[in-house]
Amino acid sequence: MLDISPAEWTAILLSLRVAIIATLVATPFGIALAWLLARRDFWGKSVLDAIVHLPLVLPPVVTGYLLLLTFGRRGLVGTFLADHLGIVFAFRWTGAALACGVMSFPLLVRPMRLSIEAIDRKLEQAAETLGAAPFKVFFTVTLPLALPGVLAGMVLGFAKAIGEFGATITFVSNIPGETQTISSAIYSLIQTPDGDAAAGRLVIVSIVLALGALIGAEWFARRATARLHGN
Amino acid sequence: MLRVDVEKQLGEFSLHATFASEGRVTGLFGASGAGKTSLINMIAGLLRPDRGTIIIDGETVDDTAAGIHVPTWRRRIGYVFQDARLFPHLNVAQNLDYGRRMNRLAPDAAQHTRVIELLDIGALLDRRPGKLSGGERQRVALGRALLSKPRLLLLDEPLGALDEARKLEILPYLVRLRDEANIPMVYVSHDVAELRQLATQIVMLRQGRVTSFGGVKVLT
Repeated sequence: MLDISPAEWTAILLSLRVAIIATLVATPFGIALAWLLARRDFWGKSVLDAIVHLPLVLPPVVTGYLLLLTFGRRGLVGTFLADHLGIVFAFRWTGAALACGVMSFPLLVRPMRLSIEAIDRKLEQAAETLGAAPFKVFFTVTLPLALPGVLAGMVLGFAKAIGEFGATITFVSNIPGETQTISSAIYSLIQTPDGDAAAGRLVIVSIVLALGALIGAEWFARRATARLHGN
Repeated sequence: MLRVDVEKQLGEFSLHATFASEGRVTGLFGASGAGKTSLINMIAGLLRPDRGTIIIDGETVDDTAAGIHVPTWRRRIGYVFQDARLFPHLNVAQNLDYGRRMNRLAPDAAQHTRVIELLDIGALLDRRPGKLSGGERQRVALGRALLSKPRLLLLDEPLGALDEARKLEILPYLVRLRDEANIPMVYVSHDVAELRQLATQIVMLRQGRVTSFGGVKVLT
């Protein structure tokens, strides 16, 4: 089988940690935003929608640089968080998680939004006539029916986060054991003489992870349709 | 029991309806487009009147002049829709229990048994709504509304989506409900025969206006 070296394991485990944390932290925000975009009309909605999708179309280097300016040691938000909450993003794995979270956010939100839009609002009305307050309607009807879409969004976001490269390396650089994820490890290996075999192993690992995530997301999406048809 | 005096503009259509009913079953009768569903949705609180008042059981739930609009979930009404609207992710038993849970009512085993027997749905409890026939779905929807212990039951063409045979299957349950459940109802229909059997008072709507009001004989 693959003979993965300790250094490669470090990169793989770091990537998993970064992607899992990024996905878990982004999920509540993603659900809230998906609900807002699917169910509410408000001033500036299309602008908000565009901003959410921005990391998808912006050069990743630009996103990373903007994160550096904002959350870096001298950034406005970065200084505040470091001084008051002791949270530092710059050149830490937490910064990699932030970059991955931002970059994967559009992919995470989209299936969630679509699954909420697919829910018949008449069911939410029926819940209201049975005495359910709006937040109870959300937790007993909307969220359970949207759950497969929520999971699909999490899987897609995770897959994107684990492969993120441009914004991460710009924001937190490429420090082995701290910010060197699978992608940046491959990048370094390709530039090293005799790095081909190691790079090849990490490439196989990335392909397996990405493929697994896509199949998982597809499976959740199919569950969603079955659930809405009452099976 | 129910006093309604509302105005609502919906695009080109204007609805202006005034009536008061003490009847056990108030039939809202009219052709499609007469404003029946808009009116019942206003009673339910799903639609907000532009002007006017709605009083259910002595409680003012809408009074535009005083700025009162009690939200649907606090009106303690039951609503049976034409399209059942059962929750697809819950089985029949969980659907039936939903209103009780949301209103934080203590379990009432006696009422639970009575409603399940009245509607003959005991054999369906474990099933998902996707596995029910149209008639079964409508009976479960009726049970679900009743078990939330409403003070007023609203029914919007509950037989409208069913064929003749299914209608005849459900009608006797509705008659029993009227005679045994002791909950005042508002029953929307465009079917004279249905209302003759069920209603004790009729509100006749035409193009958004109440054209007559009285006993079942106004239907002739």
